[in-house]
Amino acid sequence: MPQTTQTIIGQFNPVAVMFFVLFVLTTLGITYWAAKRTRTTKDFYAAGRSVTGFQNGLALAGDYMSAASFLGIAGLVSTKGYDGLIYSVGWLVGWPIIMFLISEPLRNLGKYTFADVVAYRLNQRPIRAAAASGSLVVVLTYLIAQMVGAGTLIKLMFGLPFEVAVLIVGCLMISYVLFGGMIATTWVQIIKAGLLLGGATLLVIMTLYHFGFSYGELFNQAQNLYGAKFLEPGGLVTSPVDAFSLGLALMFGTAGLPHILMRFYTVPDARAARKSVFYATGFIGYFYILTVTIGFGAAVIVGQKIITSIDAGGNMAGPLLAEFLGGNLFLGFLAAVAFATILAVVSGLTLAGASAFSHDLFVGVIRRGQAAEKEEIKVAKIATVGLGVTAMLLGILFKGQNVAFLVGLTFAIAASANFPALAMSIMWKKFTTKGAVASIYTGLVIATVLIILSPTVWVDIVHKNEKTAVEKEIKAVEDASKGKIADFEKQKTVAKNPAEIDASIEAEKRQVETQIKEVKAGMPKPIFPLKNPGIYSMGAAFLVGILFSLFGREKEAEAKYNDEKIRSYIGIGAEE
Amino acid sequence: MSAKNSKNVKHTTEEILEDSDFKSLSSQKNIISVILTILELVLYFGFIALIAFNKPFLASKLTGAISIGIPIAVGTIILSWVFTGIYIFWANNKYDVLVKKVRQKIGG
Repeated sequence: MPQTTQTIIGQFNPVAVMFFVLFVLTTLGITYWAAKRTRTTKDFYAAGRSVTGFQNGLALAGDYMSAASFLGIAGLVSTKGYDGLIYSVGWLVGWPIIMFLISEPLRNLGKYTFADVVAYRLNQRPIRAAAASGSLVVVLTYLIAQMVGAGTLIKLMFGLPFEVAVLIVGCLMISYVLFGGMIATTWVQIIKAGLLLGGATLLVIMTLYHFGFSYGELFNQAQNLYGAKFLEPGGLVTSPVDAFSLGLALMFGTAGLPHILMRFYTVPDARAARKSVFYATGFIGYFYILTVTIGFGAAVIVGQKIITSIDAGGNMAGPLLAEFLGGNLFLGFLAAVAFATILAVVSGLTLAGASAFSHDLFVGVIRRGQAAEKEEIKVAKIATVGLGVTAMLLGILFKGQNVAFLVGLTFAIAASANFPALAMSIMWKKFTTKGAVASIYTGLVIATVLIILSPTVWVDIVHKNEKTAVEKEIKAVEDASKGKIADFEKQKTVAKNPAEIDASIEAEKRQVETQIKEVKAGMPKPIFPLKNPGIYSMGAAFLVGILFSLFGREKEAEAKYNDEKIRSYIGIGAEE
Repeated sequence: MSAKNSKNVKHTTEEILEDSDFKSLSSQKNIISVILTILELVLYFGFIALIAFNKPFLASKLTGAISIGIPIAVGTIILSWVFTGIYIFWANNKYDVLVKKVRQKIGG
């Protein structure tokens, strides 16, 4: 076992820079090539619908597997053990839902955005305004989370200042999307997925080699080091309702992410759309299974002490394992892969945001569906730059902030604002414009408000100072009491009547208990008890959509449902 | 009309909806989608329920140090993928054939 406790993580790493420059040059070359092929809106938003099912499967995987899943889950497994696995399962289970309910109708009915489908037989303007709001909020919250994550991770891995890292990521993502549109974005995602899957596979093979290709040995050593509890579910899931709510948001949020939904328009037909989900689910599932081995492997080979000393959240578990097993070369490679991972995700997000802005807001709402193609592309490009700059500014603004809640918020909004309206518009004949608009805004507002009132924001961020003050006070009370009790114990050894002193100790303990209770009463309380609002916000979005539709029939929309149904099932009239 | 983009409009929307092959393909797809969606929900929320209500079961040892919860978590991922495989297999072999048939009938 290599016993190097030294790590070069956080220092300037020429190997990482070399791999990264190679990646950037390749992807910029592709962008140059793609720019010459990006003429129409179909090229810019949908890569000319020429992406194959297999390619789109890889690109979907590249779009979805963020640095949070690559570094975060491995880190979570290495520090929390089994509890980390719960997340890797949660991130995957939305994909079958996309396949069974969404992918084929989406491809058959829409053109560039999921709002196309919701607006198919409803009033264009209000629907597009609402759906674009849902998309843009999801894109922006996710972008901020990615940007802050990118700055922090790149600072850790390359030793670059936070702001420089954010600027590099922002400028590259703008270049890909601005010049190469969906064609370049797709290839960035495909290359990233290939690198990530290849790198993780290699890391797992090297880890298993270390344990003589025996999982029994790996888990035995993990248990010896960290106890049996490490391989059992622990404290992550305490409240079943909270767990159920988080599960709903993860599952249906995946099926409501605009940058994921948009990818289904890049394939030629519904058959390829469905096929791409099969490949994507396979790749993503395989990758999450790999992260389990990486996480446990890092806990044993690197050790939790070193992992958490580099980054308290454990994010460096994977790269550290690579360094321990494959030295500087492998670490450099994985660091570059992490960089590429972030780039692919933010590019997909930016493109989705730009299309919501230009296709839905500009053409659909402002121009009432009438705009020249050139003008639409121009607006999309302006939106790309605008979004990119906004993301960089917000990323720098949120530096050092706790942004973990943003990922939860993204999925909660996607599951509440986007998914219910999309699903009902496809499946329910009596769904109306008012129902859709009310459903989208209800989901958006309730998810956002409840997150703000939840423990993750209301206690941990808004009332952070009160919380720390209370925690400090509790500690002070406990310390003082410990001192007093120690004094009593000392007296007891020389006292004539130890029973009396025992009584004093008991009294002291009781007094401290009530004192702590009093202090704890000053602890800021969340107004909404759950960490994730999915169960309420998604439920409300469905309920409001149904009620508004039932109370005001829309005969025109009902009449168009039969046509929608035929197109949805057999793809006649689908965009080519 | 539904077939407005196809070259020869031979059938009205109502005729297509009443077509036996169309009826068969739409009802089959609905059934398969609903069954698989329910299976996926049961699979995932069953896993969550085990974590919430029966931790000791997940903690019980399979062989050596490996607790039964580990293969169950990995199995949930694999089974989710298998479900998508079942859907693909059905769609490629049954659904696409019916779609082709209907589209030929209406000249799409």
